[in-house]
Amino acid sequence: MNQRAHVDRVFHALGDPTRRAIVEQLSTGPVSVSSLAKPLAITLAAVVQHLQILEMSGLVRTTKIGRVRTCRMESKGLSVAEQWIEDRRSVWEKRFDRLGKLLEESDKD
Amino acid sequence: MKERSVIHGTFVIERNYPVTPERVFAAFANPAKKQRWFVDDEASGSEDFGMDFRVGGVERKRFTTKHGIFTNNTVYLDIVPNRRIVFAYTMSMGDTRISSSQATVELLAARKGTDLFFTEQGAFFEGADGPKMREDGWRLLLESLAKELAA
Repeated sequence: MNQRAHVDRVFHALGDPTRRAIVEQLSTGPVSVSSLAKPLAITLAAVVQHLQILEMSGLVRTTKIGRVRTCRMESKGLSVAEQWIEDRRSVWEKRFDRLGKLLEESDKD
Repeated sequence: MKERSVIHGTFVIERNYPVTPERVFAAFANPAKKQRWFVDDEASGSEDFGMDFRVGGVERKRFTTKHGIFTNNTVYLDIVPNRRIVFAYTMSMGDTRISSSQATVELLAARKGTDLFFTEQGAFFEGADGPKMREDGWRLLLESLAKELAA
């Protein structure tokens, strides 16, 4: 997932007040999915949907042990290895953006 | 000595530019043109040790960011005018080498303008500040996000 898409997903994930409330709950420690629903006064199905979005953004991770599904904050959205590569890519993406502008501008040479 | 590990990664960037391959190639080969797009905004204060655009040619660039002094060393491995440029470059932070990469630029005449394919194959060495820099970047992102949401 490129960096821009990743940032978009994080913004989308945190742009919802219910999801922000979930993230706040998780910031103090892991919580089971069923325990998340009660204070939010929403259905379990709704919680699961929100968690899917949060997981896809890399902010949250859920694991199932036996019959209990637990969620926790993911401390690093991307692994360090992926981050290194994404940084290099993004440097070049910006350079090629600037190259595009230069080629647009200079008509005569 | 610190424990080191190497991470290998490859990525490809594709672009199309509405000009001829000759024009795109010139932007790589001509120092005055290259200067105008190649230099990164984040690099405040950089020393260029000249361009040496030929097979075997070596270029060195040093620049300063808030994370320290970075040095890039580049050597050109293959140049086919208007078609292909292959070069290798290392990045160092201070005295510590942090990565070594091979980069290939391919230019293809397309129905509209030029298709550019950029492939980088890199070996990234986990330097002292690698993880910390990433964490800083992530923290900054979340801070500005928090500000955005609070507004």
